[in-house]
Amino acid sequence: MEKKNTFKTALKRLTTKKNPLTVAMVAVLYAVIAYLVYSGSASRQLSNMLISVSCYIVLAVSLNLVVGLLGELSLGHASFMSVGLFTGCQLALTLHNAIPGMPFWVRLPLAMLFGGIMAAAVGFVVGLPALRLKGDYLAIVTLACGEIIKSIITNLKIFGGALGLSTGPIYSNTKTLLPYAIVLVFLTMLLMMNLKKSRYGRAIMAVRDNRIAAESCGVNVTYFKLVVFMIAAFFAGAAGALYGHNFANIKATTFDYNMSIEILVIVVLGGMGSVRGSIIAAIVLRALPEMLREFSDYRMLVYSIVLIAIMLLNASPRFNELRGRLTVKNIIAVLKKKKTPVEETVEVTAGGEK
Amino acid sequence: MNQYDKASSRLVPYPSGALVPERDLHAMPVLEARHLGIDFGGLTAVDDFSVTVGATEIAGLIGPNGAGKTTVFNLLTNVYQPTRGNIMLNGYSTAGKSTHQVSKMGIARTFQNIRLFSNMSVLDNVKVGMHNHINENLLAAAFHGFGYGKAEKAAADSAMELLDFFHLADLAKAPAGSLPYGAQRRLEIVRALASQPRLLLLDEPAAGMNPSETHELMENIRRIRDTFHIAIMLIEHDMSLVMGICEGICVLNYGRIIAKGSPEDIKSNPVVIEAYLGKQGG
Amino acid sequence: MIHFLQTLISGLSLGSIYALIALGYTMVYGIAKMLNFAHGDIIMVGAYAAIVAVFQMKLPGLVAVLAAVLVCTVLGVTVEFLAYKPLRQSPPLTVLITAIGVSYFLQNIALLIFGSEQMASPVIMKLPALVIGGVQIDGITWGTLAVTCIIMLGLTLFINKTKMGKAMRAVSEDKGAAELMGISVNKTITITFAIGSALAAIASIFYGSAYVYIRPTTGAMPGIKAFTAAVFGGIGSIPGAMLGGILLGVIEQFAKAYISTLWSDAIVFGVLVVVLIVKPTGLLGKKISEKV
Repeated sequence: MEKKNTFKTALKRLTTKKNPLTVAMVAVLYAVIAYLVYSGSASRQLSNMLISVSCYIVLAVSLNLVVGLLGELSLGHASFMSVGLFTGCQLALTLHNAIPGMPFWVRLPLAMLFGGIMAAAVGFVVGLPALRLKGDYLAIVTLACGEIIKSIITNLKIFGGALGLSTGPIYSNTKTLLPYAIVLVFLTMLLMMNLKKSRYGRAIMAVRDNRIAAESCGVNVTYFKLVVFMIAAFFAGAAGALYGHNFANIKATTFDYNMSIEILVIVVLGGMGSVRGSIIAAIVLRALPEMLREFSDYRMLVYSIVLIAIMLLNASPRFNELRGRLTVKNIIAVLKKKKTPVEETVEVTAGGEK
Repeated sequence: MNQYDKASSRLVPYPSGALVPERDLHAMPVLEARHLGIDFGGLTAVDDFSVTVGATEIAGLIGPNGAGKTTVFNLLTNVYQPTRGNIMLNGYSTAGKSTHQVSKMGIARTFQNIRLFSNMSVLDNVKVGMHNHINENLLAAAFHGFGYGKAEKAAADSAMELLDFFHLADLAKAPAGSLPYGAQRRLEIVRALASQPRLLLLDEPAAGMNPSETHELMENIRRIRDTFHIAIMLIEHDMSLVMGICEGICVLNYGRIIAKGSPEDIKSNPVVIEAYLGKQGG
Repeated sequence: MIHFLQTLISGLSLGSIYALIALGYTMVYGIAKMLNFAHGDIIMVGAYAAIVAVFQMKLPGLVAVLAAVLVCTVLGVTVEFLAYKPLRQSPPLTVLITAIGVSYFLQNIALLIFGSEQMASPVIMKLPALVIGGVQIDGITWGTLAVTCIIMLGLTLFINKTKMGKAMRAVSEDKGAAELMGISVNKTITITFAIGSALAAIASIFYGSAYVYIRPTTGAMPGIKAFTAAVFGGIGSIPGAMLGGILLGVIEQFAKAYISTLWSDAIVFGVLVVVLIVKPTGLLGKKISEKV
């Protein structure tokens, strides 16, 4: 009786109490999307990218736990996704063949859970060097681990070798996968937000701000570093298993350090430690390039210029002063002013490097 | 009647010969370090350091710059593993333990160069200090259920109480890094106290303070001992503070103890005077 | 035995290319304390510059090399001035992301100009193969080795003997103190970028000669490998970059020859991880101890 009650309050808190704005934002967004998808009025382009964008949200929010909260630079997050994808999808394929009657709503969550657990196990191993290394040394080790994982998966026969894993039999379209993607996004988002405001989150941030002081306060730094790597890897892995179901064939070489860097860029642009920021940045950075497909030759160029411009603008004191004055009243005026420096920087950069 | 009055502070020897205040004679000493030593690549930083701190003693560790005082604190908290010797905290050996385990055994410290969690709020800094006294597991942390609310409420209440004790309650929501210097020093002490230590180590708590702030600090240190009934060991260069509140004092020079005793003994000890002022002409 | 020696020599040759690139990473890191992620793409630019110089402008080989060096040096200094200089006071992650942005930018500019099809790079050094005691060494291989040896020797002399070299070491040791001593930190950083980019240009010529085909993403993999080499040797240490680069090249060639081509990258990165776990600041890196 008592247990049931605590669980109920837990569920209640999970859905209502914290960070209502972020939750509301994501809920409204997904409600609109779900309406569009299931009423059939969503464009092909939109429904094609929904699962991918959702997975990137999960990836960014989970990487933010490592980069923003723990303060360690990880350049191997895509490889955790890859581990989850290949183990999870392989399990799904095996289940599909062994127990043909198994309902989808059992098989997919099982695959996601399994992928997540396998990724967490790999995350544990990758987290071990983090105990001894820091900063740029750790960054290169996570990158190296990611490349090693990529090589291993590419060379393992069970995952299809260099040809990639054929996930045709378990392929599912967006309409089928969307509910699971929504659940995963909400779960990741709420857990990360909750964690931040708990004994765990505080300990993790304490390690980031001052490791020695944290240890002197009785925080077991080893444990928390490993836990962070494992939790982040778990969600990346679960997202991977989901992602794999949306393709008919998948290769490990897709998940190289470039993809890890892409996720890192989302986290940094969204703001370190900010769940809401990661979500917005993931949507903007993933959806915009898709929409700009007609300009495919230029879209990566524009992306790179915008990236440099944002970084330079953030560092410029004049821009920050400008942003400080950003109130609802002045917003239009400020926006007008903001446009000029952006274009200037872009022109200078582009002109100088051609 | 104050149980910590002047008379009870008189140093008397344990059977082992170590000196503690008279009132602590029948209690187990909170700290017993025996022949501690550490070498850094062939260089001996601290050698043959032995000290006993009574259960409610305010002890001082003084010595010229570079004498190895902070190194002693690092040894006591196992930030450095001692090369030689052993440490007993409340009767338990700390050999082979890591810093966070030693913290759980009842030792807390502040740092010479302030080490706050500067991006976190004042309140959260104190809550990190309570880390091992908050009953909240990963499940509770992730779902904000399973006793989360109760644990957080209790933690927040006692953290606010401690902050209030040091006049920091108004600043609870501010980021720790934004606090003025004096408040940062006080917050470090609050955070250390939050782990409910039996022994509090203060590394130059009066550094950078003016005489009136130093006086207030002195009162605070005494108040901590009188309220929480714990032992305090402090490193300090301000002799008025050391002589004013310490009961037992230990003088370190070149990594070795050159004198031990009550403030009166130390003040008149020629070896100590020589260490601080150099050999008098002739 | 002959196979072993041949593998060793090709490993040394590949390693010396890595070392040239790694020097750029390590010098920039030592002095500006930033990971210049775009450094690998400078190689790609150098290779395209050589292609344009030889095939389109019909310049002789040596002039083409000079042109590639010039293009890369100007590019390196320009990138530093426009993108990195405004970020001197910013957190390392901001600079890293900017460098990634520059990397994307260079790749995509090259994609627009040259297209995604691979292009053959010119063979600039036409040297006869050497046969020593039954071991045949290609012209490219020993040429690469010889030239990089001379460059590394020159660089070592430059760093240790010249005033500018001393200024660079001083800045990498302590920026503030160096500035107080009258050293212009900005100028030193500019020169570091210039040297690093010039070395990358030379590496690109060798790389082009050895691997022939160039595409806009060509710089990424040698860039990452060289970055690994720099960390392997202890990032910030110039002898470390040379040692790390050469060791990495040798390990890679041996892994390819004796174990498997498929696993060679995994083995190279695996060795890196193991070395860093045993020696957290790389082979020749300075030990950093945190004062409590």
